[in-house]
Amino acid sequence: MIAIIDYGVGNLFSLKSSLAHLGLDAIVTADAETIRKADRLILPGVGAFGDAMAKLEATGLVPVIQEQAKEKPLLGICLGMQLLFEKSYEYGEHAGLGFIKGEVCPMEPDLKDKNLKVPQIGWNALHIVRDDPLFRYIKEGEYVYYVHSYYGKNCTESTLAVSDYSIPVTGVVKAGRIYGTQFHPEKSGETGLRILKAFAEL
Amino acid sequence: MITKRIIPCLDVRNGRVVKGTNFEGIKDVADPVEMARMYNAAGADELVFYDITASFEGRALFTDILTQVASEIFIPLTVGGGINTLEDFDRVLKCGADKVSVNSGALRNPALIPAAAQRYGNQCVVLSADVKRVNGQFRVFAKGGREDTGRDALDWISWCVDHGAGEICLNSIDTDGVRTGFDLEMLDAVAARVNVPIIASGGAGKKKDFLELFHHKGIDAGLAAGIFHQKLLTIHDLKTYLNENGIEMRL
Repeated sequence: MIAIIDYGVGNLFSLKSSLAHLGLDAIVTADAETIRKADRLILPGVGAFGDAMAKLEATGLVPVIQEQAKEKPLLGICLGMQLLFEKSYEYGEHAGLGFIKGEVCPMEPDLKDKNLKVPQIGWNALHIVRDDPLFRYIKEGEYVYYVHSYYGKNCTESTLAVSDYSIPVTGVVKAGRIYGTQFHPEKSGETGLRILKAFAEL
Repeated sequence: MITKRIIPCLDVRNGRVVKGTNFEGIKDVADPVEMARMYNAAGADELVFYDITASFEGRALFTDILTQVASEIFIPLTVGGGINTLEDFDRVLKCGADKVSVNSGALRNPALIPAAAQRYGNQCVVLSADVKRVNGQFRVFAKGGREDTGRDALDWISWCVDHGAGEICLNSIDTDGVRTGFDLEMLDAVAARVNVPIIASGGAGKKKDFLELFHHKGIDAGLAAGIFHQKLLTIHDLKTYLNENGIEMRL
């Protein structure tokens, strides 16, 4: 069973539906016991970092996630991936969960091509820099769907895949069995479903 | 690198997809769930659903259709039509929409834009504008293109972007349904004013229209309805053609 951690951030309809479509048993939950019993965890998220981290802390689940992430695979999606980092500079400076070494920074000042828009909204090719079981069912260069203004930076040692947005944008990170995707696998068509399937088999 | 997007648009009334020309003479085309499946398989990058039902029953039917589509199709879904309040945002987001498109509702109550952006994020708020030339000025029209609001379109669109609209869907009433190409002059004028993604709508008739569109700076996506519904153009053929002509596409 996959536990989708519910802390009142974002729309979980598609995530839940995509896992159901794959025939996977998933539950949206904020209950510590359910999270402890699950085989794997998904940390979703949409919105601003500081606000999301505050909401996550308010659930009291942070210590549970810290403890459970040592025992089972965890996947952070979009803002959920960013929360895995040490810190973020979105509207101030905020500490994250600290699983991934590096920080979350605004893309705009770093873009080489100033004509590119922020947020990046759309499909971008995913370039695999280090092979991993998560990519078991996808090929190099498949397209995934991004919606974001901030990105993971100074995280080379954790980076598994990037997308080109005039700079290499961190697409997938990993530390131990903790994974994060900046894009939305639940919105990335067949490619995204195959990534979720691989995660469920880790 | 990020691709340009091809987006079929499904106008739904009483559970069926319809498409008019110049917003009049609406004809029934097909079943929305069936069409969504077909477009997904053909490589559509996103789907837009407009609820053009007025009745309560029609609205319930629409949310059922949306739920069904969102349960089996995993690409971005934008929903518009009859979005007047935050409760309307909530209703369609809970049924699986990713983005919500506002038009007349924002014209009546502009505060809806910042309020929705604050609650759901800018990426969720799409401003849809029906624009037509009146006395040499681009004017915003309301009520499905029937009513001249007297507002300057460029000022209106800029205001909405400044207050939280994360994407613009620009529909030219002047070229809608005529199939002689997108309204490039109008699109250029908007692209010069805002820095959020722009979806061009109205006027596509052939593949070359999309190629020309994407040669214009600042245009991110092309939206069409009738030409796809009537199979004058398939999305796969269109994307292959664009790709062969140097436009990056998800294939």
